[in-house]
Formats: sequence, C-alpha cells, structure tokens
Amino acid sequence: MTSRRILLLIVLAGLAVAPAVLSPFMVTLLIFIGIYSIVALGLVLLTGVAGLTSFGQAAFVGLGAYTTAYLTTTIGLSPWLTLLIGLGLTAAAAFVLGAVTLRLSGHYLPVSTIAWGISSYYLFAHVDGLGGATGITDIPPIEAFGYPFLTRESLYYPIWLTVLVTMQLIVNLLDSRPGRAIRALRGGILMAESFGIATPRYKMAAFIISALLACIAGWLYAHLLRFVNPTPFHLDAGINYLFMVVIGGASQVWGAVLGAGILTILQNYLQDLLPHLFGQTGNYEAIALGVCIVLLLQRTQQGAVSLLDRLLPPPPAAPPGEVTAAERLPERPPLPPGTRLLVVMGASKRFGGLTAVNNLSFSIEAGEIVGLIGPNGAGKSTAFNLISGVLPLSSGEIRYLGRRIDNRSSRRIARLGLARSFQHTRLLPDMTVIENVMIGAHLRSRAGILRALLRLDRAEERSIRAEAARHLHRVGLADSMHLAAGSLALGQQRILEIARALCADPTLLLLDEPAAGLRYQEKQTLAALLSQLRSENVSILLVEHDMDFVMNLVDRLVVVDFGEMIAQGLPEQVQADPRVVEAYLGGIE
Amino acid sequence: MTSDIILFLIQDGIANGAIYALLGLAIVLVFAVTRIIMVPQGIFISYAALSLSWLESNLVPPTAWLLLALGLLTAGIECWQARRRPRAMRAPLVKYVVLPAALLGLCWLLAPQDLPQMARMALALALVVPFGPIMYRLAFQPVAGASPLVLLLISVAVFIALTSLGLVIFGPEGVRTAPIATASFTLGVLDLSAQSLWVVGMTALLMVLLYLFFGRTIAGKALHATAVNRIGAKLVGIETNAAGGLAFTLAAAIGALSGILISPITTIYYDTGFLMGLKGFIAAIIGGLLSYPLTVISALVIGIIESFSSFSASLYKEVIVFSLILPVLLLRSLGRRDIGEDEQ
Repeated sequence: MTSRRILLLIVLAGLAVAPAVLSPFMVTLLIFIGIYSIVALGLVLLTGVAGLTSFGQAAFVGLGAYTTAYLTTTIGLSPWLTLLIGLGLTAAAAFVLGAVTLRLSGHYLPVSTIAWGISSYYLFAHVDGLGGATGITDIPPIEAFGYPFLTRESLYYPIWLTVLVTMQLIVNLLDSRPGRAIRALRGGILMAESFGIATPRYKMAAFIISALLACIAGWLYAHLLRFVNPTPFHLDAGINYLFMVVIGGASQVWGAVLGAGILTILQNYLQDLLPHLFGQTGNYEAIALGVCIVLLLQRTQQGAVSLLDRLLPPPPAAPPGEVTAAERLPERPPLPPGTRLLVVMGASKRFGGLTAVNNLSFSIEAGEIVGLIGPNGAGKSTAFNLISGVLPLSSGEIRYLGRRIDNRSSRRIARLGLARSFQHTRLLPDMTVIENVMIGAHLRSRAGILRALLRLDRAEERSIRAEAARHLHRVGLADSMHLAAGSLALGQQRILEIARALCADPTLLLLDEPAAGLRYQEKQTLAALLSQLRSENVSILLVEHDMDFVMNLVDRLVVVDFGEMIAQGLPEQVQADPRVVEAYLGGIE
Repeated sequence: MTSDIILFLIQDGIANGAIYALLGLAIVLVFAVTRIIMVPQGIFISYAALSLSWLESNLVPPTAWLLLALGLLTAGIECWQARRRPRAMRAPLVKYVVLPAALLGLCWLLAPQDLPQMARMALALALVVPFGPIMYRLAFQPVAGASPLVLLLISVAVFIALTSLGLVIFGPEGVRTAPIATASFTLGVLDLSAQSLWVVGMTALLMVLLYLFFGRTIAGKALHATAVNRIGAKLVGIETNAAGGLAFTLAAAIGALSGILISPITTIYYDTGFLMGLKGFIAAIIGGLLSYPLTVISALVIGIIESFSSFSASLYKEVIVFSLILPVLLLRSLGRRDIGEDEQ
C-alpha cells in the first residue's frame, strides 16, 4: 500500500468519525466546508483544468438554493423534485451565459462573471416573492426513505458523501476522452482544434458542469439552514470560492477540499482572533485574507495541494512501455499510392499591402514526402497556416482528396485526415507523454461526458491507450511514456508532437519546421524517424528551412522565396538550380 | 414622463456617466500598460472623498497615517533589496518615507485651520495619489510577468484588503462634501448645477490631457510601448516597472479626482467606489479595454441608462446596468473568428 493510499484512508476515516469526536461547532464547520468543496470542485474543473475563470459561481449556488426554497415553500413540491428543476434551470442559465461569454478569450469571461454575480444578487434581493433581504424561511427538510434530515448534524454524512462522489466523478471525467479534450483547452484553442476537438462544446461542458455542482451545493445549503437570504450569494462569496481553489490548488480535485477547508477555518479563526488583537471590531479578517492571497500568489501559484504532493513520495510509476491488449481503434483504409492528396492551386495570401504567399501551386500524392523549403521569411509558415486552416486564403484554392479545404476550419480539416505538428511545440506539459499522444486519437473515439463520468468508456479508453503506446513505440519514446511531457528535451517534444499526429491515423502528416532549434544529435534522431516513416509509406509535407536536413529525406522539394515558388522537383535538381542557390547564399554580383 | 423629467434624467446621467468615463479611462490605461484589471480603481474614489470630508471637519484624515505606514513598508522592502547598494536607497526613502511624512505633517498643520475648499481638495488629492504607486510596488511589481489570471486574482485581493481597511479607518458612515461651486443656471427648462458642469468639464479636460500625454510626450509613448510589448519595451531601454508605477499613479490621480468631483453630488461610503468603478469597468470592457473614445461614449450611455432605470425601475437599476454587458459581449463574440488566434 502506498503512502498516498494510507493518507487517503486516514482522511476518509477521519471524516467518518468526525461527528462522534469533534465539538458541534467543528462539525458544523466541516458541514460548510463540504458544501463549499462541491462548488470549489466545479471551479477546479472550470478554472484549474479548462483555464476559464469565474467569479460568478455564487450566483449558481443561489439559483439552486432559491429554486428549492421558493418551490418547496410556496407550492410544496418535494425537495427531490426541486433539485431536478434547479439543475434544469441552472443548466439553462449557464448555457445562455456561456453562449454569450465563453467564446471570448482573456479577460472578458472573468469580468462578465463579476457583472452577473452582482446582477443576480440584486435579483435575489428584489424579485417579488423571494422575500427581499430577509429571504425565505421555513424551508422543509430533505426526506429520504421516510427519514427527515431535520438537524444540521444529520446532513453531515449526506453532504460529505456528495463531496466524495462528485470528486470521483470529476476524476473519472479528467481521465477520459472528453476530459483530455477539456484539459487540452489550456494548450491553446489551435492545438485542440487541430485534433478535431470542438473547443466551444467542451468549454460549455466544463462551464455547465461547474454550474450544476454549484446548484447542488445551493440546494444542500438551503435545506441545511432551512432558510435562504441573498447575502451568501453575493459576489464576495463568488470571489471566496475562487480563492479557495487558488489556495488549495486549482489543478487537482483534492485542492478544492483543501482550499475550502483552509479558507473556511482561517476566516473563522481570524474573525475571532483579530478583533481581540486590535481591540475593536471590524472586518480585519478580510484585510488579512486579502494580504495573505497577495503574498501567496507572489510566492507560488500552485496551491497547498502541490505542497502536499511534494511531501509525499511519488506514486509508483507504471512500467514503461507496456501495451495492453485491446481492440484496435478504427483505421482509415490505406490510399493506393499515387492518389492525389493535397492540391494547392494559385494560393495567395496578402496581409494588407504585404503579399506573404503569391500564387503558390504544388501537389502531394499518397506515399510521398514533399519538402516545402525556403530561407527565413520566405512565406513557408504562412503557406503552412493556409493549408492547415489557420489562415483564410486571399485567392486561389486548396483541395484535399478532391474537396476544398481552404474555407474549412482546422477542426474540419482534421476530420478529413490531416494531422499536424507545431514548430513551437504545443504539448500539455503537466500531462504524461502518453496522455498527450492520446489527444491525437480524439476523432477516432466516441465516448461522451456521461459515459466518461460513469466509467462506461473503459474498453474504448484501453484501445486509445494501446494505440498511443503503439505510436510511442513507433517513434522510440516508449520509455518516457509516463513522464510529464514538460520534462522532455525539445527534440523529444518535437518527436512527441509527431507521435500525437500519428495517433490521429492521418492520411497526410503536416510537419512545421520539426528540426528548428534542435541540436545536431536531436536532428539525427529526427531524421532517422522521418526516414523510418517514409519506409512505412506515410505521406508527409515537411516545411523546413534547413536544406541539408531535408535533402535525403524527401521525394520532391518545393522551394519558395519572397512568397513565390522559385523551383520544384527532385532534391538534386533543385539543389543545382541557380535561383535556389541565390536565394540561400545570396546573389553573385 | 414629461420632457422636463427626461431632460433632467439625461443631465443626471451625463454627470454620473462622466465619472464612469474617467474611471473607465483609468482602467483602460492600467490594463494597456500592465495587463492588470484594476479592480481596486473605485478605492481611490472612496479614499479621496472621505479624506476630503475629514479635512472639512478639521481632522487629520486617517489616510495620512495609512500612507505613512504603507510607505514605510515599501521603503523597507526597497532598502532590503538594495542592501548592498546604499546609494540606491535614497530615492525610495524620499519617495516612500519623506513624502508621506511631509504630507502627514502638512495635514497636521493645516487640518485645524479654515482652509479654502480648493486647498482641501488639493490636499486630499495629494494624500490619495501616492497609494497608486505604492499599490503597484507592493502587490503587482513582484509578479509583473505573471499570467493575467494571477494578476486579476491579486487585483481582487488588493481590492478586498483596501475596502475592508477603508471600513476600519473611516467607519461605515457616508459623507457628502462641500461643492466646488454652488451656483446653478437655468437653461430653458433645465436646471444645471455648477457642480455637474465641473464634473463634465473636468472629464473632458482630462481626456484631452491623456490624449496629449500619450501622443506627445516621451513618458506617454514609453507607457504605450510597454503596453504593446513588455519585453520589447525593456529591450529598447524602457523601465517597465517605472511604467507600471506611472500608470498606477495616473489611475490613482484620476480616481481621486473623480471622488472629489462626485462627492458633493452623491453620498460616498467606504465601499461606494466599487460599484462606480465597476460601471467604469463595463464601459472599459465595451471599449474593448482598448479604445478611449468608445469607453467614454459607453460610460455616458451607461450613466444615462442608469438614471432612467433608477427613475422607472429603481430596484432593478443595478441589474439593468450590469446586464447591459451581455448583449455587448454577444456582439463582440459574433464578430470574431475563434480559431487560429493565439491567446498569448
């Protein structure tokens, strides 16, 4: 048994015996910590994992609490029914808010969450029938199997059970196909979209799940206190929830519980202690809290859970390189050699007055490796972005397997069987090497969020893992399978990018300057891998500026300079072409 | 609703909107230079208005003491970091100890006197503005390169600490200060108070000054360069930390001025600044945290909508104002390609 598992058992045992040994005050505190943990868990998913910040979770807590308070007191519905209604309302509200704000990057989301956090507070306080500032009283208790949960203490176990179940569900989700898609959001929209991940959908999913968790917490809160008023759903509370996650550690589920615990206990003690110290009343705890948060964020941004993580011995690593037997993922039928894959016809791209790519035409057939080369600033990267759907064409057209792709998004291009690598590697440094590769298989698998939550996706998950492992063996990274991707050297990261692209089972591999910035040894390894792929009949478009590197690898070369194609043909021919020599070495006057 | 009322509401809205515009400008300015969302912007309003009211009651404002305390802390940190270079200690000691001490002494001497209102305003302004650079130095400079989320969280934490501090030092009572000018004019059916004209006039003046500052002065251009590219600015010799400090100084000055201008019209509490700042914020957001003119226009619109909704649906005033942001964001999100843009 590992020390982590022992610690977990101790924590669970502690939670189980707490009501028997702790003072009633501490038990009440633990009950509130449990409720806050549920909200904070949603924020771990939303902020820590998906990278979307919300100050407005308290509004969803309020929605859950007020829905049940209003419906149980006015028309006497069962709390179980109002829970469902509350969840429905919350999902609808989150959907509308998400539709408006989630597509906006950067600061718009956090700021608009502040705005709705404030509006919802005023709504709770002023809408007729919600009782104004006094709120709604005499909320009936929850009843299960004829047993009413009348006292606060009686809800201790149900609340902590909810916390643990939610935690397990979130853990299930994170270790699954949709979970990886949500985690991939932090690696940048472009990377996720290039592997066919519908980023708006997964952002919305994370957002709605976190709102639903907040709603459940609100429902529990209302039936715990048996009354609601607007104060606990103010923006302050929303800010507090976010601080809990920051203090505890936003990237792991235990961070939510740890943060909720630390903040709640700290606030309680500071509230008692500080007025004594200063000899007068005042909300000193808020001052202390603000200062603590500033100091904490200046020192570390990882949270308490990472501290704990460092204290514990690391979990035993799975043996490197294992491939479990599993059903193979579906594969595309191989294309007969000579099939026309990519056809670029008269492609041009103008940025204002600057023509980055002018009238570029070339094509690639199945089984071919074509190098697109040129000196720095020749327009290679622009050409690459046109083909991969990052930039729209100014004129001309690009076809893949006969279909126009120049008006398609990266995601739809990925679906046709193109997979790419990034020059500035876009890996998820905290995820393991194999998990990064598994992202590549997103389009080859189907499991949705519900199946992932309930672990009904395990067979498919095994297949994805086996497929990723197979490609890691193929590129020679099998030994690093369970290391964090961020710990690899740049050369290995580039190779990892290739493995991830291969895992998408592409019909054409687009490699964006894979050799740029590599050391000599790393270039040798990469070249060996590319010749191996060549012998396996993988079709590749290789964009490079290093002519020596591509010379022995490619079947054909396309040379661009100043946005125009200056030569095309077999490597030897191109190398001898005076225009190419001039472009690379400068003209001879 | 008669036309008189409509005109009155518009006038009222423009006066409030002008304040939101000032705050919005400060927020855009700080964001452009430092990538920090200035959540505590409203603090300067409350601190300035309440300090002024203390001076009006012939008392030394608690901000003077607070400033000295924070100044000593900042100087302590600066000196610790410069402990091997005693010469480098001189500037921070002057800036963070001598200046606050001098201000405190000045308050001590002048507060019991019957000063002209303008002098009191100047003193209140001088007391609050140094909070800007100190805030930057203490909270933000150590993490200037951190991610926007971290900066935002720190910003919120600073806001919480300073608001609660405001309650401790000023207490929960609201204040109204004496107006700069008490005259009022009648323009057709409209009663114009000189104070609202002051507000609108000062806003316009500040906007012109900001425009000239960014377009015509080296310091302004350095700020702008830092806004565009922090590393690039550093490479061409612009001291980015100084730029951050300058941006915060300007923001504090704008905030303090807003507080002094608005406090004769509205009662100011220790936390009033927050909602005002937030409305300035929404104006800034509508302006894309980028465009000064758009920020000003949307601030005026927010002010007018607010005054109309407080007339016809006063309970829902805040809901209406804060829900305004949603359609605007929707428009922005529709006009945007969401793929292929790098967030870096």
